[in-house]
Amino acid sequence: MTQKNKHWNLSPAPESTGHISLKERYGVFIDGEFRMPDHGNVFSSVNPSTGEVLAEITESSSAEVDQAVAAARAAFTGEWSKMGGGERGKYLYRLARLLQEKSREFAVIESLDGGKPIRESRDVDVPLAAAHLFYYAGWADKLSYAFPNRSPRPLGVAGQIIPWNFPLLMAAWKIAPALATGNTVVLKPAETTSLTALKLAELIQEAGFPPGVVNVVTGHGNVGAAIVNHNDVDKVAFTGSTEVGKMIQKAIAGTNKRCTLELGGKAANIVFDDAAIDQAVEGIVNGIYFNQGHVCCAGSRLFVQESIHDELIEKLKHRMGTLIVGDPMDKNTDVGAINSQEQLATIEQYIEVGKQEGAEFYQPDCELPQVGFWCRPTLFTDVAQSNRRAQEDIFGPVLAVQTFRTVAEVIQKANNTPYGLSAGVWTDKGSKIFNMTSQMKAGVVWANTYNLFDPTSPFGGFKESGFGREGGLHGLSAYLEI
Amino acid sequence: MNQSGTARVFSSPAIDQVGVVERAKRFTARSIKSQAKRQGLGMVLSMIDLTTLEGMDTEGKVKQLCYKAQHLHDSIDGLPNVAAVCVYPNFVGLAKRSLAGSGIKVASVATAFPSGNSSLEIKLADVSMAVSEGADEIDMVISRGRFHRGDYNFVFDEIAAVKAACGESRLKTILETGELGSLDKVRLASDIAIAAGADFIKTSTGKIQPAATMPVTLVMLEAIRDHFQKTGLMVGMKPAGGISKAKLALHYLIMVKETLGDDWLDPKWFRFGASSLANDVLMQIAKQQTGAYQAANYFAID
Amino acid sequence: MTVEESNKNSGENSAKSERLEVLKTYKMYIDGKFPRTESARYYQPVVNGSSLGNVCLASRKDVRNAVVAARSAQAGWSRRTAYNRAQILYRIAEMLEGRSQQFSEELVRQGLDVETAEIHVSQSIDRLIYYAGWCDKYQQVFSAVNPVASSHFNFSTLEPVGVVFTVASRDCPLLGLVSLIAPVIASGNTCVVLASEKCPLSAVTFAEVLATSDVPGGVVNILTGRIKELTEHFSRHLDVNAIACDGLEPGLNTEIKEFASENIKRVKIYHQDWSTEATANPYLIQDFCEVKTTWHPIEQISESGAAY
Repeated sequence: MTQKNKHWNLSPAPESTGHISLKERYGVFIDGEFRMPDHGNVFSSVNPSTGEVLAEITESSSAEVDQAVAAARAAFTGEWSKMGGGERGKYLYRLARLLQEKSREFAVIESLDGGKPIRESRDVDVPLAAAHLFYYAGWADKLSYAFPNRSPRPLGVAGQIIPWNFPLLMAAWKIAPALATGNTVVLKPAETTSLTALKLAELIQEAGFPPGVVNVVTGHGNVGAAIVNHNDVDKVAFTGSTEVGKMIQKAIAGTNKRCTLELGGKAANIVFDDAAIDQAVEGIVNGIYFNQGHVCCAGSRLFVQESIHDELIEKLKHRMGTLIVGDPMDKNTDVGAINSQEQLATIEQYIEVGKQEGAEFYQPDCELPQVGFWCRPTLFTDVAQSNRRAQEDIFGPVLAVQTFRTVAEVIQKANNTPYGLSAGVWTDKGSKIFNMTSQMKAGVVWANTYNLFDPTSPFGGFKESGFGREGGLHGLSAYLEI
Repeated sequence: MNQSGTARVFSSPAIDQVGVVERAKRFTARSIKSQAKRQGLGMVLSMIDLTTLEGMDTEGKVKQLCYKAQHLHDSIDGLPNVAAVCVYPNFVGLAKRSLAGSGIKVASVATAFPSGNSSLEIKLADVSMAVSEGADEIDMVISRGRFHRGDYNFVFDEIAAVKAACGESRLKTILETGELGSLDKVRLASDIAIAAGADFIKTSTGKIQPAATMPVTLVMLEAIRDHFQKTGLMVGMKPAGGISKAKLALHYLIMVKETLGDDWLDPKWFRFGASSLANDVLMQIAKQQTGAYQAANYFAID
Repeated sequence: MTVEESNKNSGENSAKSERLEVLKTYKMYIDGKFPRTESARYYQPVVNGSSLGNVCLASRKDVRNAVVAARSAQAGWSRRTAYNRAQILYRIAEMLEGRSQQFSEELVRQGLDVETAEIHVSQSIDRLIYYAGWCDKYQQVFSAVNPVASSHFNFSTLEPVGVVFTVASRDCPLLGLVSLIAPVIASGNTCVVLASEKCPLSAVTFAEVLATSDVPGGVVNILTGRIKELTEHFSRHLDVNAIACDGLEPGLNTEIKEFASENIKRVKIYHQDWSTEATANPYLIQDFCEVKTTWHPIEQISESGAAY
């Protein structure tokens, strides 16, 4: 026998960034055109893995929000609401196709701007966004079939505020059902990740949508507040933190605005001793380290039946050791950059608290780049339900492991949270699956899988994780008077 | 239930097929470039069991194969040899002589290959013949009929008996996964084979479809890993049949690396049972060296 | 007959008219029992110039006790089979039918004309039967099997939101009450109902119907009292999942919604004439349900061969 091949390491495999087109400065997208601000109030969108400035973004003024809402109102009362559902759908189909055609450009920009691995933006974010548009396009002329005995009507102008963790995907989740149901839109992307929403606005232009059907205003929280509080907005759709969700619900209490909120979570991922253990390990990894854990439905509380705890943790650590952390643009990267310095500080603070609370701490020994914001996949074992890590939405790659002995015990612990967005259950026994999935107080329950999304599948939370659903037939009613 | 000795209780972890397929697909998303690719392609070549297992095999065919094993493509310098040549027992002596001094192992299928439907005596005689002719490695098949009947002790005892008959030769146990029906059964058969003393577990005879696939191989690798974590003992893995492209072979190596670790990236612990894979790997190596895409007619077929 | 008249007419061989009428104490209904308010306070609603009697003035602690009762009953009620819940709703209708005369008279005392009162009682009975029928059907109308683009079985079903605080109609004391309670409990929610402040008698008497209808204690809890005293306490209560308000003044709705945001309560505001048939529909059941979506892998092995 010949050579020994110790330490076969992957060579860099960077995705090319040469074919994308980014402007140096973006105005706001109102009434079908990009308007450069006359106030010069701009901020930078930064690549979190290098600190490099990608583009200047407009901090929208309240006048610009007014203009955007007015354009949306004019489009709603004008062409868009008079158009037949079939024609409306065709615009959305066209948009879905354009996004597929330019999928590579969108994936690259998404990873540059947000820090998520190119593998995820290429294989998950962009194709799912296009699929979402394609799915809802088809509903536009079939709405009466979705609501028996009803004649659904659009609400009017929808103000939509989206987070930084899935910038393009959340834009599609918001825009697609709103337009399919005949509403018009004012969209505000998160300040750290505005680029793909602005690129989507370019596609909306290219698709030939009537002016004002979709408007994009950029900026910080005050721009979102201006949309929420605008008198001529009929509907508020928000994805983000529970804290802000509560503020929005309170702010519109005196109005007739309709509202859907998709907020935080602290999902239990429960592994029984009869589970397919290697697939469970994979599900745990996908559940918490997907998108650096910047996922509201992340399986951040792992419950392991005591009899398999040691074996499972050994397997989990082994698998964590194969995760590649680093340059989001490298096709082999599994865990990319933390979205911002602020978020990294929050995560590191939680990790510090965790160490102080005395749980056992583990991170694989992987190299991290010198510049940018990074966090190794992190594991805390010996966690108690009363630890802060087990209660609060960390929004990072930090997993807290607790053990349990019986079904009743784990049901109680899993539901012992103000949140109720998602849950995971791993067992090979059918009747146990149905018991567990029906007992979980959560809007999405993944049984023997985790973190899957599909345009046909309604997504949204119980309790303080918000209300309303996005996706599927159930996602339509959020934008209709029925 | 069993006819020989102690009754053992065999239980294996459950396998979720969809999860396995998803995980296997993830390996194929790894991008293997430049230096990693060069190193990987060399490893693939060095792990190939160049195989001819046909009813129409002749001395001439076996000689040609043995020559090819030592001269993969002489116009490229520094190529490794393949790991082994795999033949029927009656060609072991010839192969051994043809490969003398090359370091290339001779593997022989035995135990009433490919069906395994014969008596234990005949199977052991088959093994003994190959061993006495000089086979370095024995590729046995398990009794799939008895396995499906639930006679796990029988299957275990048979493997143990063959292992004893192998002496110094290393035993590869073919599960014939295409006949097992589910990944749960693949895992159970892997665990039985490992417990019974197999040095390698191997997917397929090459006579049944489907043969080696990434999901099946992953399940077997996980059985090997679990055994290693419990005992500290290494077992080898050989996917066989259906791997004919270099790119796919590299993805198998990624799977081995991420499931078992770099220690298994060695012909001692990982093999490809393949006949046409070598030429595709050679074409890729030539492409890397020259920059030009290659054509099959420039590479010898044996 | 006045109390004085009754006293006057009482004699040894008393005829009916000579008998002293037994007056009813209007109590609340919590956890299947009929307690007075823990605060021992009362108020006297007045309709057309005459008092309806001494009615319990519920306190924040009564709200607390009622929510505790509703929460403890919720899991058990929602785990009952849909068929069983349907039969219990039907049973409520049966019990109400048997007491229709009493309810009609009480509605007249609370200001409805005789004809309207009788119609409302009939409609209330029919509405209970309408929702009894929905108990094992709404799930089929509103659930979905979602054709996801991967090898998974994915379905969405409705689950009860939990504990619903219901502020009953001010002016429609029986029909308005029944029209909200029935869809709320049909799916397995439990509720605390604040009766019409102006006309609370039907709610209290309806509690007697509930108590004799196989409805488990705590599923429906009925309080009487002043909305403005209690708004903050039920709207901020963290163990209340949803609030249904019927016909409140806008300022009160705003206040409720503001408080409700503290734990993202679902708040549904209604302003409708419950005597129109269209107000009875399964979308009211859906208003107090959550959509739960479940994923599970589908193994890919078929007669054409395994995909492994």
